[in-house]
Amino acid sequence: MKLPIRILLTAAVASVTLVACSSNKPKPGPTTGTETNTNTTGTQTKGAYTPESLDTDSCLRQRVVYFDFDRSEIKPEFQAQIACHAAYLRQFPGARVTLEGNADERGTREYNLGLGERRGNAVSSAVGAAGASSSQLNVVSYGEERPVCKEHGEGCWQKNRRVEIVYTAKQ
Amino acid sequence: MRTKTIMSIAKLFAPILLLFCGSAMAAQGLSSEVPTIDIRNGTASAIPVVVVPFGFEGTMPPETDVAGVVSGDLNRCGQFKALDKKDIIESPTRGKDIKFQTWNQLKQAYIVVGREIENPGGDVRVEFELYDVAKQQQMLGLAITSQKTGLRDVGHQVADLVYEKITGVRGAFWTRIAYITSTGVGSNINYALMVADSDGVNPQTVVRSREPLLSPAWSPDGRKLAYVSFERGNSSIYIQEIATGAREVVSSAKGINGAPSFSPDGSKLALTLSYGGSPDIYVMNLATREKVQLTKHFAIDTEPTWMPDGQSIIFTSDRSGKPQLYQVSANGGEATRVTFAGEYNARATISYDGKHIAMAQGAGNVYRIAVLDRATGESKAVSVGNLDESPSYAPNGSMILYAATEGPRGVLYAVSADGRVRQRLILADGDVREPAWSPFRQRGQ
Repeated sequence: MKLPIRILLTAAVASVTLVACSSNKPKPGPTTGTETNTNTTGTQTKGAYTPESLDTDSCLRQRVVYFDFDRSEIKPEFQAQIACHAAYLRQFPGARVTLEGNADERGTREYNLGLGERRGNAVSSAVGAAGASSSQLNVVSYGEERPVCKEHGEGCWQKNRRVEIVYTAKQ
Repeated sequence: MRTKTIMSIAKLFAPILLLFCGSAMAAQGLSSEVPTIDIRNGTASAIPVVVVPFGFEGTMPPETDVAGVVSGDLNRCGQFKALDKKDIIESPTRGKDIKFQTWNQLKQAYIVVGREIENPGGDVRVEFELYDVAKQQQMLGLAITSQKTGLRDVGHQVADLVYEKITGVRGAFWTRIAYITSTGVGSNINYALMVADSDGVNPQTVVRSREPLLSPAWSPDGRKLAYVSFERGNSSIYIQEIATGAREVVSSAKGINGAPSFSPDGSKLALTLSYGGSPDIYVMNLATREKVQLTKHFAIDTEPTWMPDGQSIIFTSDRSGKPQLYQVSANGGEATRVTFAGEYNARATISYDGKHIAMAQGAGNVYRIAVLDRATGESKAVSVGNLDESPSYAPNGSMILYAATEGPRGVLYAVSADGRVRQRLILADGDVREPAWSPFRQRGQ
């Protein structure tokens, strides 16, 4: 069961990457020169990113992937974000990220630890499938213990159902 | 005969009370907040009982209202209705002074009277008597000696003895609760694992952390707590001795280290580990630290809790799509599904006789505490909030503690096991959650 999901995810990442290549319009951030370069070449060009790109590149600056309730599938609008982080990690083998999985407050705390980890693993698999090495990826689940807001409603819950991509080493 | 009983009980209690007076004193500086208790539901079948304010013989009356502690306990459990202090029109302190006609007219079934006698050494001898009002008969006549700082504990013990004499079931008021608090927001959140008396008074900090703490679980002897802390960056399971603060990490594997639960004999710890790829249930031998994997499934298997006989474990799994409760032998093997009604059933707590399971039951965006009767398979909601979770049975099965939300903060409730009486315990500012009811305190511990 786990394996087919991974394969599907891999396929999804691959197809979105291809779509991004052909349309030359990765979602959701505006296209930058660097990205256009990356996308049109089809493979990651050496030196396309610098460590400073993490602070300046509009795609790399996106570090949060959001999820639907009780789900861990990566939605299409986050594939571009995953692709550019994968490209960066492939370019800098010394770079390391921790994928922090989180859940909203509904449901029990320990179950939500599991759900947060499932989300972290989904992002890890997708970034890995897009070219990062598994040794660069670490998953930590915080469950519902680290909310960014505390209101009891979907407006807040959707912000808490997330994986944060945290760079622990930039290069 | 009566004097003999009094003496033997006094001897029995004296050493323990001296022992934990120290902790009560240490806590006093912290217990500025008095818990607010709201009775949410009356109940017609509750037994009317009057606990007359105790008399005092000595020079320095203690601050603790022992009779008030007894009344509060009896009210909270739902089976009794203690007469309001303002309606107590006579103040006998000895059985021979009770005018039974007065209490008969007030429709009281039982009356408790007592007096506190200051000893030359400063400690206090609390003598109390329980009478059946209709029969005008003494049911209990006992004494407990304590330091003045231990008088709340005496009150809880009196309540336990009265409860047991009338209901035939051991009382669970002289117990403790553990819970987690968080204060502050953003990067300034501070977490604490706390322990308080069963009525929320005398809170003491067990451990503080800048990183999340969760899932406190009592050892069966009541001396230790297992809990999950993120202070090492990832979840790890600690076991800490409450009296000394000494602690050790028992699990810090890759992935999730969560949901610790002591076996009834205290020799093993059930826990959730995900280093195998997804969260599964394991049982660790605490002496050897060897682990046995009980479940092996790609789903989330977590929140193990032991059946009272130690032979099997109830846990949460979403192997059928949504979280439901399952049961597996403590030696492993096939798991069988326990809950079928409701789309989300998780985080089981089991009554001491194994006949009832309380759990967090979700429907849409509403999560409430439900109690499953295993004989009939029927479950019934006992809470009324929208985000109620973390149920924990009292060791005698009479009440369930749980966490609820009120606005942005978490609060704790105690509900009678039949759902008829609910009380809120306000323990601290900030967020309070994840209550865990202690085992019975051991006399002589």
